Amino acid sequence: MIKLKDIYKIYQTGEDFVHALDGIDLHIDEGEFVSVIGASGSGKSTCMNIIGCLDVPTSGSYFLNGSDVSTLSDDELAMIRNRTLGFIFQQYNLISKLTVLENVELPLIYRGVQPKERVRMSMEALERVGLEGRSNNMPSQLSGGQQQRVSIARALAGKPKVILADEPTGALDSKTGMEVLALIKELHKEGNTIVLITHDNSIALHAQRIVRLSDGKIIEDKPVIDRQVQ
Amino acid sequence: MNIKQAFLLAIKSLLSSKMRSFLTMLGIIIGIAAVIILVSLMNGLSKSILDSFEDMGTNLISVEVMGRGSNRSVTFTEMQALMAENPELISGVSPNVSVGVKVKKDTESLTANCIGINEDYYDIKNVKMASGRFINYLDVARRQKVCILGAYEVTKLFGGINPLGEEVKINGDSYTVIGTLTEKADAEEGSADDTVIIPYTLATRLSGNGTISSYYISASSKDTVNQASALVKAKLYQAFQSEDYYMVMSSGEIIEEINEMMGIMGTVLIGIAGISLLVGGIGIMNIMLVSVSERVREIGIRKSLGGRRKDILGQFIIEAATTSIIGGIIGIILGVILSYGAGKLIDLTAVPSVTAIIVAVSVSAAIGIVFGYLPASKAAKMHPIEALREN
Repeated sequence: MIKLKDIYKIYQTGEDFVHALDGIDLHIDEGEFVSVIGASGSGKSTCMNIIGCLDVPTSGSYFLNGSDVSTLSDDELAMIRNRTLGFIFQQYNLISKLTVLENVELPLIYRGVQPKERVRMSMEALERVGLEGRSNNMPSQLSGGQQQRVSIARALAGKPKVILADEPTGALDSKTGMEVLALIKELHKEGNTIVLITHDNSIALHAQRIVRLSDGKIIEDKPVIDRQVQ
Repeated sequence: MNIKQAFLLAIKSLLSSKMRSFLTMLGIIIGIAAVIILVSLMNGLSKSILDSFEDMGTNLISVEVMGRGSNRSVTFTEMQALMAENPELISGVSPNVSVGVKVKKDTESLTANCIGINEDYYDIKNVKMASGRFINYLDVARRQKVCILGAYEVTKLFGGINPLGEEVKINGDSYTVIGTLTEKADAEEGSADDTVIIPYTLATRLSGNGTISSYYISASSKDTVNQASALVKAKLYQAFQSEDYYMVMSSGEIIEEINEMMGIMGTVLIGIAGISLLVGGIGIMNIMLVSVSERVREIGIRKSLGGRRKDILGQFIIEAATTSIIGGIIGIILGVILSYGAGKLIDLTAVPSVTAIIVAVSVSAAIGIVFGYLPASKAAKMHPIEALREN
């Protein structure tokens, strides 16, 4: 499903070259639930941007769902994001002027889904996260946990191949955070491929497999079961 | 993202900050209203001028002879001969002898513009009688002392009571009133209603010089005006051997000239109003730039969810165009109302033109698109990661 091969991402700041990603090889299969963990500056955000097709690597190749996406144009990447990926952000990233339903509909609008079908798919996604009754509310009328569930519904609405969650519990208190995490685990059980980016070990442990990044390199890549056995 | 979606979003965005939206639109509102008002008033003015020419008859050709001494001239007999030779072009010729006279009835007296004409004048100038009859051939040939009074004279000398058969004194001679003219302009002094019509054979005597220097000629139809006018010019040129001693104007030429003049005036005025539209457009661009930088994060979210450049570009351009079109519509409504108001104030019937309204809407949409393009393309070019990082 996701295949990163020898990925480098190098930024130039003045005279210095910063290797945000320094030769990453990562393979994630369909249906896997993987945590990418690392401290700030470890390159996990860059990694997430590249997996999420928000950025392109300086060198290396990235196969997503069988096709090479490392050389695509901005608009082509936008299409890939739209059809193949679902994003869950730390700050929810809902558009405050739009209702809950309109927010969930957004990716489907860009995909060109007809209005009736769009509403049906969006309502289905909202039902999945238990917020079908709030579809006409504005995001500001919801609690943080509810807003994050809306953003999960938005990620689910287009039935993407991969769901990318970037610190999904980072802005929530621990109780709501656990609820959101439980929901993500359920989504995994339903067959979704999930990549979770976090700095928090306890969060990362909910995944099947942990990939640890440091200084732009993968320093550890182990299934969670193994860890518990050890 | 389809247009309807973007349009609804734009409306939403405008409503979310009403005051700012209104101020953004203000330039467009003023510009469009100014254009509509100017066009309406110009139309009203040119319509009222043209109407008064139509009243005089569209077949009319007027001839003014300045003369060049006594040796050369064109007499009324020659003019009549011209008509007799070309009946398919010319249907009537009347001398036009204008004299200032003193008109007296009992103790009331006034000075009036008296015109001496013949029986053809009735059809040439499309005369409308309120009562009585017009001057006929016998009146002219026998120098009958008869006259027709305008509405001002009837009011002033007879207090509005029908004066048919009564006598008035014109420069001391007694004339019988045989008809009155229909009121055209509120029966005011110096207006089209302030006139006395008598046979030209008498008017030439009153004027003290026996010559006729002005004629009204009617072409047989609207379509032969130009031909008839050319014929008259040829005849006059033959007599004077120079174009400097006479003037031939057909109503068609006059109307054309008025239209041309109005056109130039209109273009200048609309150009001035157009500057206000330009300023309005810059206002829209300004606010759109602010709006784009306030919504960087939204743009990042949209991009991350699959919004392509053209989606983002379209969204902001449509928002700018919507602002501009709504401003344009308010401007049109305001312009139409104000032009009727201003028309009343200066006693002119404003004629709002549908073309001007259609052009105004298109122009305001175009302004939105043109001036919205720069901010929109700025938004469309943003990098999703950088945009998302913005708080």
